[in-house]
Amino acid sequence: MALLEVDNLSKAFGGVKAVQDVSFAVERGLVYSVIGPNGAGKTTLFNLITGIYTPSEGDIRLEGQSIAGIAPHALALKGMARTFQNLQVCMNMTALENVMVGAHLQLDRNLVKAMLRFPGLARRDRELRDEARELMRFVGLESYWNLGASSMPYGALKRLEIARALAAKPQILFLDEPAAGLNSRETAEIDELVRKVADNNVTVVLVEHDMKMVMNISDRILVLDYGKKLTEGTAREVRENPDVIAAYLGSNV
Amino acid sequence: MLPQFLQFLFSGITVGATYALAALGFTLIYNASNVINFAQGEFIMLGGMLVFYFMQAGLPLPVAVALAIAIPAVVGMLLEKLAIEPARDAEVVTLIIITIGASLVIRGLIQIWLGKGAHSYPGFSGSDPIHIGGATLLPQSLWVLGVTALVVVALWYFFSRTLAGKAILATSCNRLAAELVGINTQWVLLVSFALSAALGAIGGVLLTPITLTSYDVGIMLGLKGFVAAVVGGLGSGLGAVLGGLLVGVIEAMAAGYISSAYKDAVPFILILFILFFMPRGILGAQVTERV
Amino acid sequence: MSGVRRHYSLMLLAAVLLLLPLVLPNNFYYDIVIRMAINAIIALGLNLLIGFAGQISLGHAGFIGIGAYASAILPTHFGWHPLLAMAAGAAIASSIAAILARPIFRLKGQYLAMATLGMGIIIAIVIKNEAAYTGGPDGMPVAPIGLMGFEIAGEKQWYWVLAATLLFSFWAAKNLIDSPFGRALRALHGSEVAAQVMGVDIVRYKVAIFVLSAFFASLMGSVTAHYIGFVTPNIADFFHSIELVTMVVIGGMASIYGSLIGAVLLTALPQALSTFEGWETVVFGSILMTCMIFMPKGLVPTLAARFGRNGREDP
Ligand SMILES: Nc1ncnc2c1ncn2[C@@H]1O[C@H](COP(=O)(O)OP(=O)(O)OP(=O)(O)O)[C@@H](O)[C@H]1O
Ligand SMILES: [Mg+2]
Repeated sequence: MALLEVDNLSKAFGGVKAVQDVSFAVERGLVYSVIGPNGAGKTTLFNLITGIYTPSEGDIRLEGQSIAGIAPHALALKGMARTFQNLQVCMNMTALENVMVGAHLQLDRNLVKAMLRFPGLARRDRELRDEARELMRFVGLESYWNLGASSMPYGALKRLEIARALAAKPQILFLDEPAAGLNSRETAEIDELVRKVADNNVTVVLVEHDMKMVMNISDRILVLDYGKKLTEGTAREVRENPDVIAAYLGSNV
Repeated sequence: MLPQFLQFLFSGITVGATYALAALGFTLIYNASNVINFAQGEFIMLGGMLVFYFMQAGLPLPVAVALAIAIPAVVGMLLEKLAIEPARDAEVVTLIIITIGASLVIRGLIQIWLGKGAHSYPGFSGSDPIHIGGATLLPQSLWVLGVTALVVVALWYFFSRTLAGKAILATSCNRLAAELVGINTQWVLLVSFALSAALGAIGGVLLTPITLTSYDVGIMLGLKGFVAAVVGGLGSGLGAVLGGLLVGVIEAMAAGYISSAYKDAVPFILILFILFFMPRGILGAQVTERV
Repeated sequence: MSGVRRHYSLMLLAAVLLLLPLVLPNNFYYDIVIRMAINAIIALGLNLLIGFAGQISLGHAGFIGIGAYASAILPTHFGWHPLLAMAAGAAIASSIAAILARPIFRLKGQYLAMATLGMGIIIAIVIKNEAAYTGGPDGMPVAPIGLMGFEIAGEKQWYWVLAATLLFSFWAAKNLIDSPFGRALRALHGSEVAAQVMGVDIVRYKVAIFVLSAFFASLMGSVTAHYIGFVTPNIADFFHSIELVTMVVIGGMASIYGSLIGAVLLTALPQALSTFEGWETVVFGSILMTCMIFMPKGLVPTLAARFGRNGREDP
């Protein structure tokens, strides 16, 4: 059984059919990419799977269980984590605290214990601080750890989101354009990072416009166009598919 | 039975029309700037108090009325220019506090200038009640309803038929896009505040002969106007008018049939019910927020 | 933050509270300081809601009113022990907050402002109208409070009670903010979607903090009632709510010491303004506007940024 199965998924916003009848499956341990021109529905697809939008039609299953329409916070409990195309960093917190929020579900969230600072809770919090710093080192942000998120540059924030998602110890991680807006050196670093994540047994679903990165890194690729599934397959199959070439005409596939 | 009902209905829609005007003012400013203007009620107060003052000063009614609408409009523009514009990027709470500060300043000044007493002036067409179905209707109520209807039609015309109106609508849809197509959004904001202040003042000018006015009536009237705007789905013009009438009528009915002591609580009980069961008001749109 | 540095500012606060009696010349000043402390505790609870969680309440005076009147009515009319009455008030206020919050927190800010405002006004009107129990607009006297035969009386005793409460509140609030719960709150303020996908049930957290702040507001309402020995409906009215929000915002949203400073300033302000005879409202309004226009983040964060703390404000 595939880790994630999507069946005939559709989402309409008024008249706009952002995702139409899309089906695919992601096997555990793979890097699975979703590509397509701007407005193809990639982000909408992520939003549907991670519970931010409710599907108009179709089903989504994680480990065989239907998760369509379940709230995002409940999906996090099932081991889903993600980053956002338009940064969703908490600018009112420090970089380290952002990462610590990622570990939310592993912690004691009791209000009274927190106010009275129970020793167990305080100890776990200190440990978490170290773990979060370790994660920031992993994504290459160790120098920022004590800084407010609002004073970090864009490229660092992109990586901060990855660190935060990793802090949740997810089994499946959705990355929405992690390299968008980055220069080629930074893109290479993200490429490297995604590989490291995948090597740590996290299934990665990736949306990315950087074709070099996508073709290199992906085990399988899903191509969307105008909300519809154009094709799906390995990097080579996709690259040689005439429909894909037509959809991308003029861009460097 | 029926006459009593009619009586409550009449007083309900009369007050409701004033709420509707205030609600339209809220809606206008909310749409143009996302600000909830807690000073809206003060414009209602200003309208009534200024007519009173100018008539006492010996000016004829039409001149007094014109001034009582024009001055609040200028105050509205000043508020926008001096207080809202410089704080554009502030959080919602901050903006709310700024407008509350403005409302305190306005009513404080009026209190110093015109005192704490309650004031009124005669109705525009006398005060001989008209008898309908056993109930009585003051001619001033007809003024309130007539002018409100006229204002609503004029606003509709303004927003759907004139360039200026469309520019305001465009700005409320998407400020950035409006700027890109060359709309002067600063000007739009200024006009919205002026218009909304004028709307509030008109309500005050019309209602005062029926209900009296004093320096401190603004807050309750304004809050009820806000309720009306939210009942109508915050952002919808038609919703604001319906919301205003609905709030006015329900308030009058509850005061008449249930308890007049709780009259002022009625709009707020109503709004809680609506927020519970119709979270987006009567005519509010359903949107999926983009992520 | 390490253990010692964590408590640095708290120790400073404790020292100030300990030394203050040495310089307070008479009961008039004690009274002002006590009111400042009460307001600071309420503002602190409200700041958790507004500043840290990013949710508005324009009706918090309603909760204070519930606490105050529970402490006034239950002992007088029903012979309850004041402490029991205080607990009952807090329970009623939290229940109302909880019932109200569930549906409302699914909505956005403006609606929340409307709902809390409506709730506050309804509570105030009920208090004004149920004269048989509340004394109506004239208010009613409140029995003194005590425990095991010891009765809190006089400004000096109240001072120590409130100094201890204040210190405890600040310690607890600091702990809360720096805990998983507190981070979840701040995260949902920063980005609701991000908090959600990290597993934060945002509605639950908003409800929890709203209920908590209502709970403390009610307790402080009871304390106020017992301290003054008399309650009037003004304690629950809209302007009181606004005054409290103003303390939070002027002092600085999401700044614990901002709440303290805001409360101190806004409690002192009316005293200072009484020299303006008749112009109080105008001056108060102008100060609100000017502060918010020129320091939208509030005093403490603005000053902290000015004196270069690298955007990292000690919460
Ligand atoms: N919340 C929403 N409300 C209305 N329309 C939406 C919403 N979200 C997305 N859309 C529309 O759905 C379509 C698909 O958008 P989506 O963001 O999923 O595309 P995308 O493939 O991620 O594009 P890009 O590569 O530019 O990120 C677009 O036409 C977009 O305008
Ligand atoms: Mg996208």
